[in-house]
Amino acid sequence: MTPDSAAALAGILLVPFAALGLALMNCGLCRSRNAAHVMMTSIAVLAVAAIAYFVCGFSWQGYPGLPVYVLRTGGKEWDWIAAQPFFLRKLPLEGSAASLAAVLGMFSAGIAALIPLGSGSERWRVRAICASTAILAGFVFPLFAHWAQTGWLAQLGYVDAGGASTIHAVGGLTALGIIWILGPRRGKYNSDGMPLAMPGHHGVYVLGGCMLAWIGWIGLNSAGAILFSAAHAGTVVRIAIDTTLAASAAALGAALTTRARFGKPDFSLSANGWTGGLVAISAGCAAVPPAGAVLIGLVAGAVVPLAIEQFELRLSLDDPGGAVSVHAIGGIWGILAAGMFAGQGVVQLIGVATLFGFVLPVTYGLNVLINRAVPMRASAEGERHGLDLHELGAGAYPEFLTHTEEFLQR
Amino acid sequence: MKLAGFLLLPAGWLIVLCTQVLLAPGQNVARTGFVFAGVCVEALGLVLVVRAHILRRGHRG
Repeated sequence: MTPDSAAALAGILLVPFAALGLALMNCGLCRSRNAAHVMMTSIAVLAVAAIAYFVCGFSWQGYPGLPVYVLRTGGKEWDWIAAQPFFLRKLPLEGSAASLAAVLGMFSAGIAALIPLGSGSERWRVRAICASTAILAGFVFPLFAHWAQTGWLAQLGYVDAGGASTIHAVGGLTALGIIWILGPRRGKYNSDGMPLAMPGHHGVYVLGGCMLAWIGWIGLNSAGAILFSAAHAGTVVRIAIDTTLAASAAALGAALTTRARFGKPDFSLSANGWTGGLVAISAGCAAVPPAGAVLIGLVAGAVVPLAIEQFELRLSLDDPGGAVSVHAIGGIWGILAAGMFAGQGVVQLIGVATLFGFVLPVTYGLNVLINRAVPMRASAEGERHGLDLHELGAGAYPEFLTHTEEFLQR
Repeated sequence: MKLAGFLLLPAGWLIVLCTQVLLAPGQNVARTGFVFAGVCVEALGLVLVVRAHILRRGHRG
């Protein structure tokens, strides 16, 4: 194994921390009656994503040098989709770059599928979550990842080393579609259409999740840059510095923004800002100078809390985990910022156009079909009692007596 | 309104794709212009979809 492959493998082995961090953040941002449901569905999402990616995901994502289907038009060859056999057949799992890409893709598919979970929490049923995850990890994520990392977008010069678009924007736009289909939680909006506060139940999970996500992100960005952007092992130093600087600037930017808005820094929005900074730097992590990483993080940290507030207030988007703002807006900002630093904004804009013109309609349409076959939304009673009791039969905190007013006889 | 919005999103993307296929690599100004035109069509579609969502929420109360 070469030093570059060893560095990529080390990075890949850190990626599960990002998944754990996201799951903890989603759990902390929901109410206590849904905490076990969020963690249980996080495990289900990772399981379904891994199997879907194993069955067909890598076949369509592929890796440079592996067979692809090419469309010839206008005198050019357009690499549209990989042509690998299903079930990872004909892929030697012995440390080659392609095999490392398969492991990274499997983990990345799980992370992409965890993103919508935060948006649909407290009202999204387990069976529908599993079906939606299978579609995302088995089809939408691999296809867009192929285009961005090895396919026609990559041929144009598209830059996304760590997955700002392939993982985060894809997951964030899927989250947007899920919110549109599910609608807001019961009681979120009053009769005048004004949103009511539904604070999460565990701030420590949220902030601890941020720190775990930071470790995972350094691995994710390092492995992605080495495998898909021809970076070498030494670049990991720059990637670790850029990733940390962007997250730090974003957390401070979010804290200052929320202090200016509400008088005190809001911890959950600052945590979202931190994650938004991690997402935004993912695209250009291997190429942006450290000062650029600070700028990218500052903008992400300022924009994410405002986006969360405005989406909830003006667009009626009930997004408990802030996934649309953090992952879709943060990811798109990261893609455009990477283009500005690389001097190729138009190609990056084509990537954004592909996200909105292909990924959003396809993922929304497929989830509408899933909703017809497997109703996504929990019943009113289930939502009122909490999905822990309704879907799992046991709560996360059985010794605590919570929301008593709903169980007292009247 | 929502359907129209969801049709405009891929329509804008197709404009962007056609730009890459039909225009020669040297025609940078025209390429950039058409890419922006496609993105504007997508933005219009997104506005329609979001607006439809808000109106539906309003009807439900």
